[in-house]
Amino acid sequence: MRQIQFREAIKEAMSEEMRRDKSIFLMGEEVAEYDGAYKASQGMLKEFGSKRVIDTPISELGFAGLGIGASMNDLRPIIEFMTFNFSLVAIDQVINSAAKMSIMSGGQYTIPIVFRGPTGSAGSLGSQHSQNFENWYANCPGLKVVVPSNPHDAKGLLKSSIRDNDPVIFMESEQMYGDKGEVSEEEYLIPIGKAIIKKAGKDITIVSFGKVMKLVWQVSEILAKENIDIEVIDLHTIRPLDIETIIESVKKTNRLVIVEEAWPLASIASEIAYQVQKNAFDYLDAPIKKINNLDIPLPFSPALVEEVLPNIKRILEAVKSVL
Amino acid sequence: MNIPKNVYLKWYESMLLIRKFEIRAAQMYGQQKIKGFCHLYNGQEACIVGAVSALTKNDKFITAYRDHAHPIALGIHPKYVMAELFGKITGVSKGMGGSMHMFSKEKNFLGGHGIVGGQIPLGVGIAFAEKYKKTKNLCITYMGDGAVRQGAFHESLNLAMLYKLPIIFAIENNGYAMGTSVQRSSNVTDLYKLGASYDMESLVVDGLKVDEVHKTITKIAKKVRTGIPILLEIKTYRYKGHSVSDPANYRDKKELEKFQKKDSIEYIKALILKKKIGSEKEIEKIDNKVTNTIKESIEFADKSEFPKLEDAINCVYEQKDYKFLKE
Ligand SMILES: Cc1ncc(C[n+]2csc(CCOP(=O)(O)OP(=O)(O)O)c2C)c(N)n1
Ligand SMILES: [Mg+2]
Repeated sequence: MRQIQFREAIKEAMSEEMRRDKSIFLMGEEVAEYDGAYKASQGMLKEFGSKRVIDTPISELGFAGLGIGASMNDLRPIIEFMTFNFSLVAIDQVINSAAKMSIMSGGQYTIPIVFRGPTGSAGSLGSQHSQNFENWYANCPGLKVVVPSNPHDAKGLLKSSIRDNDPVIFMESEQMYGDKGEVSEEEYLIPIGKAIIKKAGKDITIVSFGKVMKLVWQVSEILAKENIDIEVIDLHTIRPLDIETIIESVKKTNRLVIVEEAWPLASIASEIAYQVQKNAFDYLDAPIKKINNLDIPLPFSPALVEEVLPNIKRILEAVKSVL
Repeated sequence: MNIPKNVYLKWYESMLLIRKFEIRAAQMYGQQKIKGFCHLYNGQEACIVGAVSALTKNDKFITAYRDHAHPIALGIHPKYVMAELFGKITGVSKGMGGSMHMFSKEKNFLGGHGIVGGQIPLGVGIAFAEKYKKTKNLCITYMGDGAVRQGAFHESLNLAMLYKLPIIFAIENNGYAMGTSVQRSSNVTDLYKLGASYDMESLVVDGLKVDEVHKTITKIAKKVRTGIPILLEIKTYRYKGHSVSDPANYRDKKELEKFQKKDSIEYIKALILKKKIGSEKEIEKIDNKVTNTIKESIEFADKSEFPKLEDAINCVYEQKDYKFLKE
């Protein structure tokens, strides 16, 4: 099968959907003439023109709200945040408008919008540019939150997100845009809300999502050499959270480690740990372990970045401590 | 306005120091000694150097992420700025901030800030505190042309007028916000005009002429200190891409050449020679001194240690026994 980059998968998903549906437009900083700050919309201005691929000034609050308003009036916007760190400037509109419109209006106005862009650390960028807000957005009912981990999933999940009639937060990573992976030329969709067992295994379940899945795969290979057989679950979507798939897996392996790039307090991992102990307590042979960032903002120094984020060493230690 | 001779020489030295610092920082980036984003100031030197000479050491300075020059202009030895770029513990922010987050409490530099527009309300608050404490100090709040399209900018202008705060809103208009020219970001492209909707006194200065910047800020500072906010659009140009990794293909090479012909450092050098403020020899002496300072800075940064995790943990809260959540 052909291999394409993550950024190309994103572009293909947006482009295919825009060809199919004229009400879709893409708006954000540098998305048009610059082809996207990370080239995720390369060539789209050329294909769709400036009516549908639109550069904005640096006005996140304004253009996020604009997107929500447009989606109340028949359009289906894709709003790009250059990174989700900057979505905080716009978070009022996302939380107070997009997530609330349907309930406030008694279901009259639903919001078919996608907010997308990279999340998390991209190396030594300092504390303001290295944050994960997956769990912040996932905390808010009214939103859906999708976080793919490879080009194939990104394409199928983004197409579903664009077709979804509710607001979807779709989170990528600067450290994935260059990743290559197999992506079918045939059209396909991947459903929102379904976690996937990417590798079956019998000894322990590791649950993760997004960019740090790359670490999980490395750990899986290292442990395979030691005859430790991991079951790997990729969440795909963190709201809604597919707890059933995790519980079924834990019933089989009896052990669980969760890997998530985010601060540890009230993380997605915290909720999974709660749900699993509540619903599969009798099946657990060891405490559930979660690997998050250390409980500090990410410092700039290249000497510290890896240490503060989830890393292979810490995941291996966690796995071994529960086997 | 009578400007002493040594001020001209100081301008030249300070601007050259910043220019050479940035040129070498780009090289260090190429050698991977500097990681992450790195936004250079080449071309914009006069915007900060002319302000520092016009203001006092008790005045407050704050800016965005294009911030290597500000601490240097304020008198911090460049070695501490270079060490910060390298992520070393000896850096101005202990290696915790990096390129975008230089700080110096000692020099009243309240930081480099990474969220576009984020520093503008902070500047208003800093000015508010000066008024509250009944000082005669002001806060000069720098921002790019891109930042004035943020709501935070407009709210800040209104707050400053309402509370009559001693603040200069200094817009460094270098023509671009990343790849977006000022013309592509609004129908209002004379940025000083934005003050008008709040009845704020607003003016423009040629940011390639450090003497003009100095004179203008000297003049307005008198007023600002009495609680009258002023907006100053400083017209400048960035020679390099938005950051080290941006090739800046969106702009015409001729445009860059046009500005380089009016280079701010060449301008002040010519003025010094023409007015016989200094000789070629004196200029050469400054050049050598600057070259040595930068060399020393790189050696210092290279030799310095990286911070330890403990150092970072100690910087998160003022409370030293704060109980962090453990895994
Ligand atoms: C809220 C926010 N949105 C987007 C960005 C990404 N970004 C960083 S710098 C920049 C351009 C800013 O341009 P300008 O204000 O003119 O400053 P200059 O870079 O020219 O100094 C953008 C869009 C950001 N850091 N913060
Ligand atoms: Mg600019």
